[in-house]
Amino acid sequence: MLKFTDDHEWLNVADGVATVGITTHAVEQLGDLVFVDLPEVGATLAKNDAAATVESVKAASDVYCPLEGEVIEVNEAIRNDPSIVNSAPQADGWFFKLKLANPAEAEALMDEAAYLALVG
Amino acid sequence: MFDAEPLKRTPLTELNIELGGKMVGFAGYEMPVQFPEGVMKEHLHTRAKAGLFDVSHMGQVILRPKSGRIEDAALALERLVPVDILGLKEGRQRYALFTDEKGGILDDLMVANRGDHLFVVVNAACKAQDVAHMRAHLSDLCEVEELTDRALVALQGPAAEAALAKFAPEVAGMAFMEVRGVSILSADCIVSRSGYSGEDGYEISVPARAAVALVRALLDNADVHPIGLGARDSLRLEAGLCLYGNDIDTTTTPVAAALEWAVQKVRRAGGARAGGFPGADVILPEFEAGAARRRVGIAPEGRAPIRGGALFRDETSTDPVGHITSGGFGPTTEAPVAMGYVDTALSAAGTRLFADLRGKRVAVTVATLPFITPRYKR
Repeated sequence: MLKFTDDHEWLNVADGVATVGITTHAVEQLGDLVFVDLPEVGATLAKNDAAATVESVKAASDVYCPLEGEVIEVNEAIRNDPSIVNSAPQADGWFFKLKLANPAEAEALMDEAAYLALVG
Repeated sequence: MFDAEPLKRTPLTELNIELGGKMVGFAGYEMPVQFPEGVMKEHLHTRAKAGLFDVSHMGQVILRPKSGRIEDAALALERLVPVDILGLKEGRQRYALFTDEKGGILDDLMVANRGDHLFVVVNAACKAQDVAHMRAHLSDLCEVEELTDRALVALQGPAAEAALAKFAPEVAGMAFMEVRGVSILSADCIVSRSGYSGEDGYEISVPARAAVALVRALLDNADVHPIGLGARDSLRLEAGLCLYGNDIDTTTTPVAAALEWAVQKVRRAGGARAGGFPGADVILPEFEAGAARRRVGIAPEGRAPIRGGALFRDETSTDPVGHITSGGFGPTTEAPVAMGYVDTALSAAGTRLFADLRGKRVAVTVATLPFITPRYKR
């Protein structure tokens, strides 16, 4: 189940675990990423907590936690090479995996069609 | 003021849009922050081949001596800058600073001796104030004429010489900081071998009506790409060059800003024309005594860029010992680069400090500027 937030994060939810990243649209706005700060594995995050930070050549931006949950894995590859996020934001450029506290809450988020309509 | 002034356009704005420039407001002008290539590639391309920058928002001003003697214009301008203008030979350009009564910096500028007049280039954000300042203080000896019908483009990078020499072979023989009147594609241009990237290159003042044709002709060369303000900033930061408003302003003196080299001996204490510029009583003693703080390069550890405004602390104290004035990621150094001010006692290269970054302490080292090896054509 692929879902989106209006903060330009995407979530791919399967078996109560959401893989979270930032959208192609977000990456186009940010430009070349040079640094990614990821949350700690084991951290419990509330919805809308600042979960990660991305730095582009232009500015720093926060990545928010889309739903409540526990961080169970982070993508070390993007820490070493942030350009992966630019080249494949909705695939290899994922940020972290979140074990959702209430998986059913994901249903209420936007689907891809609604998100694409939002960003025009 | 609730309504922003409409943004001004340069003679190249339409072309910048046509080239896919992402346009933003900068110093009151609609300027490209980047082109489709993106800041990182634009930066690297400029260092590898050549980049073309529209800098027409900057102010171009002529100081013409009423007496007809260039020395009179030079001595007049020396009232406003702590720089040897009288000693500036015809066909040469020099970096200068407008200072204020407190020893602070009102703007930085380039001054060229064009034989019968001085040609001055000032920052866009300061140009109205600078022109008024020059009119108020120089009008007894000079006509102060702002050139509003000319564009200014910078061509920077190792391929710049070949790209421009194709249209004006004589530019190949110019040395760093040399200035000449050059006919390019039948337009009367003023060309200087200088720039703001740490690379060899040229800055070209071109009549507005000829600007688009010149830029199109230069971009016809596959080695030359259009470059936006984003890469202009990262290039100058790696080159250790100051951005007025960030790294220097009215709170920084020339000595604090580590710009002693811009104040020639003849204008310092004991020199033949010592003083005689605003703030000399503050600035000149600092050449002996030093300033309380000093501009330095800052190399953060790790990959996270540390941006302007971040505070430094040393190992022990909780009080700040300085702050970052410009910071970002250096595409060529492949590491974060920054500059800022620290207490002079902590300004030696290699001094380890800590910067506040989003609530964390990041180790940083005071570094020698520039971060890259400049490739000026000496």
